[in-house]
Amino acid sequence: MWSLSYIANALHDWLYQTFSPTLALIIEMVIAGIAVIGLFAVLGLVLVIMERRVAAWMQIRLGPNRVGPFGLLQSLADTLKLLVKEGMTPSGSDKFLFNLAPYIAMMVAMLLMAPIAFAKDFQLWDLNIGVLYVSAVSSIMVISILMAGWASNNKYSLMGAMRSGAQIVSYELSAGLSVLVVVVLTGSLKISDIIQSQADGWWIFKGHVPVLVAFVIFIIAVTAETNRAPFDLAEAESELTAGFHTEYSGMKFALFFLAEYINVFIVCSIGAILFLGGWMPFHIGHWEGFNRVMDYIPSSIWFFGKTFFLIFVIMWFRWTFPRLRIDQLLNLEWKYLLPISMINILLATAIAIAGWHF
Amino acid sequence: MFRETEILQTASQVSSTGGDLEGAGDLVINVGPQHPATHGVLHLVITLNGETIKKVEPHLGYIHRSIEKMCESLTYRQFIYVTSRMDYLSAHMNNHACALCVEKGMQIEVPERAKVVRVIMDELTRIASHELWWGAMAMDVGAFTPFFHAFRERETINEIMEETCGARLTMNYYVPGGLMAELHPDFQKKVKSFITLFKSKIDEYDELVTGNIIFQNRMKGVGYLSAEDAVSFGCSGPTARGSGVSSDIRKLYPYAAYDQVQFDEVLENGCDSFARYMIRIREMKQSVRIIEQLIDNIPEGDFQAKTKAVLKLPKGEFYTRVETARGELGVYIVSEGGTTPYRIKFRSPGFSNLSALDQMARGSKLGDLVAMMGTLDLVIPDIDR
Repeated sequence: MWSLSYIANALHDWLYQTFSPTLALIIEMVIAGIAVIGLFAVLGLVLVIMERRVAAWMQIRLGPNRVGPFGLLQSLADTLKLLVKEGMTPSGSDKFLFNLAPYIAMMVAMLLMAPIAFAKDFQLWDLNIGVLYVSAVSSIMVISILMAGWASNNKYSLMGAMRSGAQIVSYELSAGLSVLVVVVLTGSLKISDIIQSQADGWWIFKGHVPVLVAFVIFIIAVTAETNRAPFDLAEAESELTAGFHTEYSGMKFALFFLAEYINVFIVCSIGAILFLGGWMPFHIGHWEGFNRVMDYIPSSIWFFGKTFFLIFVIMWFRWTFPRLRIDQLLNLEWKYLLPISMINILLATAIAIAGWHF
Repeated sequence: MFRETEILQTASQVSSTGGDLEGAGDLVINVGPQHPATHGVLHLVITLNGETIKKVEPHLGYIHRSIEKMCESLTYRQFIYVTSRMDYLSAHMNNHACALCVEKGMQIEVPERAKVVRVIMDELTRIASHELWWGAMAMDVGAFTPFFHAFRERETINEIMEETCGARLTMNYYVPGGLMAELHPDFQKKVKSFITLFKSKIDEYDELVTGNIIFQNRMKGVGYLSAEDAVSFGCSGPTARGSGVSSDIRKLYPYAAYDQVQFDEVLENGCDSFARYMIRIREMKQSVRIIEQLIDNIPEGDFQAKTKAVLKLPKGEFYTRVETARGELGVYIVSEGGTTPYRIKFRSPGFSNLSALDQMARGSKLGDLVAMMGTLDLVIPDIDR
């Protein structure tokens, strides 16, 4: 089975043979940093164009189709435009926090890239508390939104930030509890262990009802956590013009925009890793022949295929549903999703202890 | 200058200057005049307590073009064209009201053919207007896709209008005494194919928006406007009928060929945003019903009555009203016997409907205010004129 890890390992060996260990480590870190920034940029461009094409498809129109083949270079052109645009700072704003907020948003999105396994053995940092790390770091996102809303000195921004704070903090609970279901069944927080545990079948297939429920709750909760419609109350363009980033322009706005899309990618890849096996090919129990055929498909294709499927589902939500009201949003979380999640995790624990899962 | 400072004052300024508006904890925000929710240049000063609305104050005048004053210097043939720019989504109905008023004053007998065509055109405009409203309404509550679906069908109506009237939005097709020109030869065929298309799509609207649980939760039980309030604020059209107030001018004071057709006055007793939403959805179906009855029975004959070259209304006061897509539009002409009106006044439906917004919105959330404004179907040039 071909994997991206062959390139990574070959590079690793060559570096350590050629340079001293310290220098090799530094070079490796620089390469990893550049790779993350590159992936960040490419993913941003791809996801924006994907969103626009999906939206166009659902809205019976064509979408961008002029710049480059099939309009693929449209988002590149847009990025160039945003880069040369003046990034204004409103006179009444808190200048330091105002300019800091977009970088925090981007930094969070970049940090979250670390534990994600893009292919077999192809991972920046396989830390032993991978899942915990993801939930912890992703909560920093709310700080950047609150900071942007507060520092803008704009009432719309402040209201957007206030809504976003309430929303992200609430939905983190459900997201965390639904992630815990898989952690309980696996017995590990490490991403590679979780993926390895799905070698004979993905959790969504072998985890009975609790995992199915957890998967649905996870998708709802992460849609809310990333401020995507129908939970895009922080932006709510028909109510708050653009919510927390009303005052941002140029590249500072683009950073928020990119961070949103990268966050969508990250939560979808976490969903793919936890419930759909990450890079693990589709395996059925002891069907050796079938499993071997599936193994011929490169692991990175499995990973990106599943992730982009989930991204498509989240985009589908956005272009279908109306937006919830703030009190309905919080009711949904505290009155429905959270109690269901709590019962669900007890059920999952019982199943894990009894060993009823496949 | 005084007005500007009054509008833009903040809560802290108010409390420090001893204003009687609100307490120090309130947040005053200016929604508009440039804001995606207001569908035009409406300016709402909203006093909030957190997310809860305490008061809504509309400030008008940003698109005031003094149409009434302009009409006073135009002849009775000319002033009708200006009125297309009032409520541009029901341009035909505006023209209809003015034409009716002049005809009433001059005692012109309109040919049957013109009457029937006017009804068909009015109802097509009503469907087009409600289609646009439906798309905008869904957009107000955060769903973008319905807008494009609505415009797909609306485009067909615009094409029909373009063929016969020569314009897509400000049609200017009615003149005192009948119609400006003969119908396009393809008119009947096009309208029939539109009805077939529309009937296949109207259920899609229900699937996409009406039946959606999020949409229903956003609409039901918010924006309550009791029947008494609807009457006292002078609401008309779907806004009043959503509160169960019978106010359809087409039924109550039939004009043109409305007494020849069978249709129901749509009434809902919900008094909330959802009732007003359902009124318009059901009205579209009634409009289709009216068009279906008339499209095959357009009488032959002249499309315009023979009138004098220069129209001079006799001295006196004349008032007519029609049902536009938004409600009752009244035209009041005072004539001194000359070729131009001495005074003209339009009673626009949007103005009265907007005045009920404060009553509806108090106590609800900011997000619902946008949905309520959507259900009022505001067209700002209609309010400001």
